Amino acid sequence: MDRTHAGFHHVQAWMGYFFVAPATFLILVIYAVPIVLVLLVSFTDYTLVSDYFEFVGLENYARMFSDAQFARALVNTLIYAAIFLPASFCLSLVIAIALQERKQFKSILEVLYFLPVTSTLTAMALVWSAMMDSRQGIINNLLQSIGAGPFNFLGSEQLVLVSLAIISIWSIVGFNMVLFLAGLSAIPKGLYEAATMDGADHPLDRFLKVTWPMLGPTAMFVAVTSSITAFKLFDPVALLTRGGPNGASEVFLYLAFLEGFEYFNLGYSAALSLFFLIVIFIFALFQAFFVERKVHY
Amino acid sequence: MARLTLKNVEKSFGSTHVLRDVSLDVEDGEFVSLVGHSGCGKSTLLRIIARLETPDAGDILIGGRAVNALAPKHRNIAMVFQDYALYPHMTVAENMSMPLVMARLPMRARLPLIRFLAPAHHKRMPEIKAHVRRVAAQLQIEHLLDRRPAQLSGGQRQRVALGRALVRDPQVFLMDEPLSNLDAKLRVQVRKEISELHASSGLTFVYVTHDQVEAMTMSDRVALMRNGRILQFAPPNRLYADPDSIDVAQFIGSPEINTLRGLPHADGIAVGEAVWPIRAAGHKSGALRVGIRPEAISVSGVPGLSSIGEKANGLQARLEVRLIEDLGPEVLLHGRLDFCPEEDVRVRAQKGSAYGHDDTLRTAAWLEVSIDPERLLLFDEQGRRLAMAGVVRQRVKEEA
Repeated sequence: MDRTHAGFHHVQAWMGYFFVAPATFLILVIYAVPIVLVLLVSFTDYTLVSDYFEFVGLENYARMFSDAQFARALVNTLIYAAIFLPASFCLSLVIAIALQERKQFKSILEVLYFLPVTSTLTAMALVWSAMMDSRQGIINNLLQSIGAGPFNFLGSEQLVLVSLAIISIWSIVGFNMVLFLAGLSAIPKGLYEAATMDGADHPLDRFLKVTWPMLGPTAMFVAVTSSITAFKLFDPVALLTRGGPNGASEVFLYLAFLEGFEYFNLGYSAALSLFFLIVIFIFALFQAFFVERKVHY
Repeated sequence: MARLTLKNVEKSFGSTHVLRDVSLDVEDGEFVSLVGHSGCGKSTLLRIIARLETPDAGDILIGGRAVNALAPKHRNIAMVFQDYALYPHMTVAENMSMPLVMARLPMRARLPLIRFLAPAHHKRMPEIKAHVRRVAAQLQIEHLLDRRPAQLSGGQRQRVALGRALVRDPQVFLMDEPLSNLDAKLRVQVRKEISELHASSGLTFVYVTHDQVEAMTMSDRVALMRNGRILQFAPPNRLYADPDSIDVAQFIGSPEINTLRGLPHADGIAVGEAVWPIRAAGHKSGALRVGIRPEAISVSGVPGLSSIGEKANGLQARLEVRLIEDLGPEVLLHGRLDFCPEEDVRVRAQKGSAYGHDDTLRTAAWLEVSIDPERLLLFDEQGRRLAMAGVVRQRVKEEA
């Protein structure tokens, strides 16, 4: 009796491992092993075109911090983020608040704003490049009709990051808006009524005293995920500008791609990728510790 | 000073008529409860006083001044919400100072960061803080000032909500079911505290509740509402003893009043097989509803046992006991009266009184009861109250 009982527990314990095995296997194969491999490769001078390689220690990392191209890619990424982040954040917040208070056509507008999220950015980037064309583009035609331009959106060193930011903003605003809408609808109506009774009936007061603080966790989440998105910029660059003109749109992830698959320096590319991973990881940590703890209710 | 008057207030939401021609006159310093089942319009009425809703028609006067067009902050009204509606991201002190900050600081002194540049911020904030501290001391929540609402118990949150309402020194104090989120024990305590607050502040209170006990215990007057109308507006005791209609009689009093069908008879009123020597004043024809409070029926003895003590002087009947609920000091009997076996009645009886021991009561299928004719309430078919002409008493007087 006792023996079968113990045996049952024994079997049950092994059953548990059996059940988590598939998920564990997938996580190992998809995430853990590749990361370890990248880490290992980053300590070598492995290239796609030579038959042998050797360990070079931290040489790839040393090169990274003395590489002018790396510095420029980093600066380009930061400039891009400085345009992309505030604009996408504020725009989606404003749209969400405006939509929240609408009674008519609310869901239709929500769908319209969300549509870009559902489309393929690669395909849409091509459409944008057609629209942004310096001669035939519809945007320049419109601008010229009001007496401005023409601008070489994707071909000018000063404008290219702005143009890329516009494309990305267009593609992400709908997503952020949905997050903000969810956050807004979670604010109890009673708080606004209490604010009204307390004399905070000016829209600015209502925003500052109720909406904004109550939206804090959502706003943090949007800011962090958008930061990660900003750092991840790749598709439009690879497709439309290939880092040009003259390296003006060479952003971080594109540089990693360039080193790995154009110059075949896989070792250096792995070091760059690992740096990218660390940056994302910091954002994720920030998210996990700061955002989750800041929830005070 | 702060008399609150509502004149012919109407309100509809779409096709639902929520308030129909509601008029109410609340004296300065009076505690008035709006009571009724959910959906009767009591909360809407309160929200109209606060101007969280605008009435479709009618006037609202505070201190004799029409305030229809005034925003809530200019009406000098405070409101305590059912779920307290405290700002979760602010400390208790910040929550409580909110009405003062809004009233005493200009916009630029309220903006984040910029406010530190505004002279008003530095001038006013210390006095606001001192004021908040005084009110907190009065409510005995001074030690909670630095906490956030999430760190407080239900009763403490309740007090913070009261404090936030009090700091602004309002003329009228509105409360929307403020006790419904508290447990039963705390409710009794806070009920007492609110009564004391009313007594010490001398403010005009309007209190919304669905709980008749709250309404009866705290109020100077109670407005009983149903279907968007005020059925009766009277002091609690009059509402209980002298209801205008059967709806009022049924709402007030727990357990609910018994109502039996009656018909006019040559010798009085026929209820079931019995004829009671009572008459409704001014009533000519048509059926009647006879209301008997559960405590107007008293148990006088157990059949078979010689009854102990004096036989109660009233209408005699027998009660078939079907269910006994022991409430501690008293019992609630559910059963049927012998002369009227179709209708269930409830009887509230004191324990251990003349009719015998608890055990006797428990096993007895029949009890002798007497009904006090002076405590009967008569209503016509439409539920309107009818005055009683007591035939019995008149005869007794004639003989004497």
